[in-house]
Amino acid sequence: MMSAISIKDTPKRRIKKGTIKHLIGQIVVLGIGIIMIYPLIWMFMSSFKETGTIFETAGELWPRVWVLENYFNGWQGVSNVTFGTFFTNSAILSVGGTIGAVISSALVGYAFSRGRFVGRKILFALMLSTLMLPAQVLMVPQFLWFNQLGWIGTYMPLIVPAFFAISGFFVFLITNFMNGIPRELDEAARIDGCSFYGIFMRIILPLSVPALITTSLFSFIWRWDDFMGPLIYVRRVAQFPASLALRMFADPAAATDWGAVFAMSTLSLVPAVAIFIFLQKYLVEGISTAGLKG
Amino acid sequence: MQSNPATTTWKNPLSAIIAFIHREKIAAFICCLPFVVGFFTFLIVPMGMSLYYSFTNFNMLSPPTWTGFDNYIRMWNDTRFWSSLRATFYFAFASVPLRLIFALAIAMLLLRARRLIGIYRAMYYLPSILGGSLAVAILWGRLFAINGVLNEGILEFFGLNRNFPWLGNVNTAIWTLILLAVWQFGSSMLIFLASLKQIPEQLYEASSIDGAGKIKQFVKITLPLLTPTIFFNLVMQTIAGFLAFTQAFVITRGEPMDSTLFYALYMYRQVFDFGNAGYGSAMAWVMLAIIGSMTGILFLTRRFWVYDGGYT
Repeated sequence: MMSAISIKDTPKRRIKKGTIKHLIGQIVVLGIGIIMIYPLIWMFMSSFKETGTIFETAGELWPRVWVLENYFNGWQGVSNVTFGTFFTNSAILSVGGTIGAVISSALVGYAFSRGRFVGRKILFALMLSTLMLPAQVLMVPQFLWFNQLGWIGTYMPLIVPAFFAISGFFVFLITNFMNGIPRELDEAARIDGCSFYGIFMRIILPLSVPALITTSLFSFIWRWDDFMGPLIYVRRVAQFPASLALRMFADPAAATDWGAVFAMSTLSLVPAVAIFIFLQKYLVEGISTAGLKG
Repeated sequence: MQSNPATTTWKNPLSAIIAFIHREKIAAFICCLPFVVGFFTFLIVPMGMSLYYSFTNFNMLSPPTWTGFDNYIRMWNDTRFWSSLRATFYFAFASVPLRLIFALAIAMLLLRARRLIGIYRAMYYLPSILGGSLAVAILWGRLFAINGVLNEGILEFFGLNRNFPWLGNVNTAIWTLILLAVWQFGSSMLIFLASLKQIPEQLYEASSIDGAGKIKQFVKITLPLLTPTIFFNLVMQTIAGFLAFTQAFVITRGEPMDSTLFYALYMYRQVFDFGNAGYGSAMAWVMLAIIGSMTGILFLTRRFWVYDGGYT
C-alpha cells in the first residue's frame, strides 16, 4: 500500500529535488575542478607577466601587461647552452627510449600471449615482479653497475635498458591486449603458411596498434619528465634534458628570473598537454585496462 | 620456411638453423629473449652486485673492503635513517588514503554528470599527467614560498597573510608534498569511474525496492564491489608513495630539519653526496625488503576485506 502512495506523489517533487541536487553536484564538481587546474593556469599566465611583477600581482590571474620577453630570456638557457639544446636532448632521450620500449615490449608481450615454451610461467611471474622493482630501488645498484661498464656521462643507461622490455607495466598492458585478439586469426594465418614470426608481423602487431600507441604515449611522457635518471647519469650541461636544466635554472640560491623559469616550464609541458588534448583516449584506455599510473 | 623440421632433409647448417628457430617453442622463446637478457643484465646483475657491496665499505674510488654486517648495524643506529623512514611512512600513509578517498568521491559525482563529462574529466586528469614534471615541482615550490602564491595571492586577498613559511616549517613542509600527491588523484579516479560503470543498475533497483537508502546502497553494494579496485590502487600507490624522490628533492630538499628527507632521498645523499656506496647498497636492499613485506601484508589482509564474488 505504501508503495502505491509514494509512486503517485513522487514525480513532481523528485524532479525538483533532483534538479537542485544535480545543480549543487555540478557546482561542487566544477568548483573543485577549477581549484585543481588553477596552479597550472596561474603559471601559464605568469609566464606572460613582466618578471618583476609576478609575485606582487600573484593574486591576479590576468597580466596587466602582456609580454613575451620571458620566453626570449628563458630560451637563452644557462651556461651558454640554450633551451633549444635542452629540449632536443629531452626529445632524443624520450624518443629513443620509447622506440626501444615499444619494440621490445610488443615482442615479449607476443611471446607471453601466444608462446608455449618451457619456463613461460616463471618468466611471466618475474616480469610482474619488476613492478615491485621501481627505479628508486634500482637507482644505486644500477648506478654501480653502469659505473663498472663505463656508461656514466652518456645516454646509454637511460636508453639501452628500454630495449630489453624490463618495464613490467608495458609488457603487462600489451600481453593483456594481445590475449584479447581471437586465436582463430592465428590458426587461419598458420594454415595459410605463416610462421610464428609471420603471425606476429602480419596479424598480431597490426591489430595491437592501440595498445602500442598507449605504451608509446606513457613511455614518452614519463621519459620526458624523468629527472632522477638524468640527475645520476648525465654530467655535462650540454647534455642536460629540459628537466635537469629547469632545476638548475630555478636555483633559489641565485637571483632567479622567475618569469623566464615559468616560460620555460610552460614550454616543457607542451608535449604532455598536446598528447593529453589530442590522444587522451589512449591514455584513459591504458589507465582503465592495466591500471597504469598516469 | 619449413614448419615441420622432422620431415626436412638438411642441405647445409644454415637451413638447419633457420628450421630450428622456426620451431614454435623455440620461436616463442626467441621473442621472449629481450626480457630474459634484460632481466639478467639490468636487474639480477646490479641487484646481486649491490648485495655484495652492501657488506663492504665502498666509496666507488678505491676497491671495496669486506666489513660484514657493519652497514646494516650502522643503519640500525643511524637516527637519520629512522627519521627518513618515519617521514616516508608518514607521507605514504597520509597521501595514499586521501588520494583514494578524493578519487572515489569525485568519481561518484562524475558518474551523475552527463553534459560536461569531457571537460570535468580533463580538469581532474590533467594534474595526473603533468604532476611528475619538473615544471610542476618548481611551480609547487613557488605556490608555498614565503612570497609565493598562497601567501601573496590567496591569503593576502582575504587579509590573512602572515608570511607563513609553509616550506620552512617542520609541520607544514611535508603537507605541501602530500598535497601535491593528492592533487594527482585523477588516474585513480578514472579507474574508479571505469569500475563504477560496470556495477549493474539492477542491484541498485532491487535494493531500493527492499528499502535501502543511498548510504546503505553505497556501503552494501558500491563499496564491496569496488574493493578489488581499491586493493589494486592501494598496493600500487603505497609502493609509489614509499619511493617519493623527485618532488622532495626539488621542492623541499629534505628540509626543514630532515622532516621531508624521504628514504630514497637519504639513500641518494649517502651515495652521491657522501660517497657511501656500500651503505647506499644496504639501504637499497632494506628498501626492497620493506616494499616486499608491505605488499605481502596487504595481500595477507586481502581475504578479510576484498570481495571477489563478482556481480551476481
